[in-house]
Amino acid sequence: MTLDSTNAPLLRVSSVSKAYGDVVALDDVNIEIQQNEFFALLGPSGCGKTTLLRSIAGFEDPDAGAITILGAGSGAGEGEQIDLLSLPPNKRPVNLMFQSYALFPHMNVRKNIAYGLEREGLGKDEIAERVNEVLITTGLTDKADVRPAQLSGGQRQRVALARAIVKRPRLLLLDEPLSALDRKVRAEMQIELKRLQHEVGITFVVVTHDQEEAMSMADRIAVMHEGRVQQIADPVTLYSQPANVFVADFIGTGSLLRGIVANAVLLLRPESVHISADLAGAQLQGEVVETHFFGGSSTTSVRVAEMETLIVASHPGAPKFAVGERVGISWNADDAILLEDQP
Amino acid sequence: MSASTTQSGRGAARRRALTGRAIFAGPGLLYITLFMTIPVLLVLVYSFFQRGRFGGIVWEFTLENYVRAFEPVYLNVLSNSLVIAGTTTVFALVIGYPTAYAITRLPKRWRTVALVLVVLPFWTNFLIRTYAWIVLLNSEGPINSSLVDAGIISAPIGLLYTPGAVIVGLVYAYLPLVILPVYASIERLDRQLIEAASNLGASRVRAFFDVTLPLTLPGVMIGAIFVFVPSLGNFVVPELLGGGKTVMVGNLIRDQFLEARDWPFGAVLALFVISLLVILFAIQAAISRRINGTGKRYAAKQVTHA
Ligand SMILES: Nc1ncnc2c1ncn2[C@@H]1O[C@H](COP(=O)(O)OP(=O)(O)O)[C@@H](O)[C@H]1O
Ligand SMILES: [Mg+2]
Repeated sequence: MTLDSTNAPLLRVSSVSKAYGDVVALDDVNIEIQQNEFFALLGPSGCGKTTLLRSIAGFEDPDAGAITILGAGSGAGEGEQIDLLSLPPNKRPVNLMFQSYALFPHMNVRKNIAYGLEREGLGKDEIAERVNEVLITTGLTDKADVRPAQLSGGQRQRVALARAIVKRPRLLLLDEPLSALDRKVRAEMQIELKRLQHEVGITFVVVTHDQEEAMSMADRIAVMHEGRVQQIADPVTLYSQPANVFVADFIGTGSLLRGIVANAVLLLRPESVHISADLAGAQLQGEVVETHFFGGSSTTSVRVAEMETLIVASHPGAPKFAVGERVGISWNADDAILLEDQP
Repeated sequence: MSASTTQSGRGAARRRALTGRAIFAGPGLLYITLFMTIPVLLVLVYSFFQRGRFGGIVWEFTLENYVRAFEPVYLNVLSNSLVIAGTTTVFALVIGYPTAYAITRLPKRWRTVALVLVVLPFWTNFLIRTYAWIVLLNSEGPINSSLVDAGIISAPIGLLYTPGAVIVGLVYAYLPLVILPVYASIERLDRQLIEAASNLGASRVRAFFDVTLPLTLPGVMIGAIFVFVPSLGNFVVPELLGGGKTVMVGNLIRDQFLEARDWPFGAVLALFVISLLVILFAIQAAISRRINGTGKRYAAKQVTHA
């Protein structure tokens, strides 16, 4: 997949704010999403992810700001940004996969999937053809005549996905598509979603509160916190160059150390931390409080006197030190990440 | 503890649970048996015997009562009643559904107020409320006089003592019984389903007919039964507002028991209404099952939001 960054973005969210009474759900949100991108909105529960998706889909009206989408195909409006907020939800070229799937309980799988195409006024044959195609893509052919109530969670999720992608929207919004699934199914579905996105060539915006999920699937991620976008970057940049303490804490694991560098927070990722028996040559000294062995690698947690956070080191092989041992801690200055201290 | 004591302990626990359930269910069961099952059985038994000269029953088996129900006079009353009760039901739904829908769109605390207002008429006497309609509809009443004043009609028209007046009275009497179940079913409907329809390209009207209406149909059916059946059996409204010119099954049944003193024939007519009720509820149950897929409640499996 190629990202053509010279092109105008497919979706542009500009200075969007939304409050419910005293609760600020979105606070001056700015996001640009490129065509064919797999974009993730990541943040803890209640940070405004659903509100943003619902604003794009037309079910919430932002208090301020603009949301525009690139005009489709050829002819009038091509290459121009169309104002989404002036369109009613049923006229927006975006499809939303709801967090609860929102499948129609009184229609079977085939009818659920065909519903959106029928609304476009397509011919019977074309609808049948496209529904069958999508049933195959999502592996639901043998469930076509079954009602949602008779499906498992994973199957329902796929019907919801099929119902959205069969419309071939320019932009597909997925609200925590995998959160209702158990761990094993979820891992399979992450791969499947990614594969599907390749196959159908639709721009995906996936909402999740699971950082691993976002990191493994998305091309770019917007990290949100309390209605504000904290950072937008690709997974590697988010991990190695977090914009602030919140992002550093939310993405990956690591130790945030205060008091080592004046007025700054030092972020040490576990793989950058070296521990050794050499106390004198080390930058810090501490006592091992915990070790974990994961088979191929292990982590060692060290408490440094007068520091509130533990320093975690990871290294290949079995733990080298026992709980209670005193160790020296060192790191390369290049691997340490300095962040502005926020109250 | 040995295995045998565990088992007997378990048996005792089960017995205790059963006794407990019986204590809770007991009063309800007793009530239903005493005041529902026994009377219906009695009516069923009566219908197969002959009338006494001065009321009561002569215990000689006969099917004559059933045959008699098919005489044109009675068939006419039956079909007349079905038409009036049916029309009443249609009007009650046409007025009640939008009302219930509007109430669900109110802010939460106003919903309760609106529902209290809906049931408020129930707190006054039914007869008084029906008499109020006599005042409203009669030839010197406010409706006629305002129509005359507005120049729409030149002289008062006969509104009272018509089938129309009976329907108006019945709709008025039973409207809350439509609004409440319909309100409950719209309220329970997952609003995201309507949003999903809209997201897939359905206009508001389209989404209403494709999603809201079919999924609230079980509530609509309940409301329809709650209006249709008591309308069929009502004898006060036809008498007061219909002026005795509109005879319905309810009047007929009442007359058989109280005036004609023909209990067995009254029993046959009453059975007709009861069977209709049972059939309608069976249809309602079948429709609910169809709409909900397998008959399992779909809502129970809806995922809660993060
Ligand atoms: N309809 C609403 N009324 C009032 N508050 C709401 C409503 N929807 C969302 N909120 C509030 O807005 C904030 C953001 O919610 P949401 O967008 O659902 O978060 P997320 O999807 O990231 O978990 C939360 O504090 C939530 O309580
Ligand atoms: Mg959410």
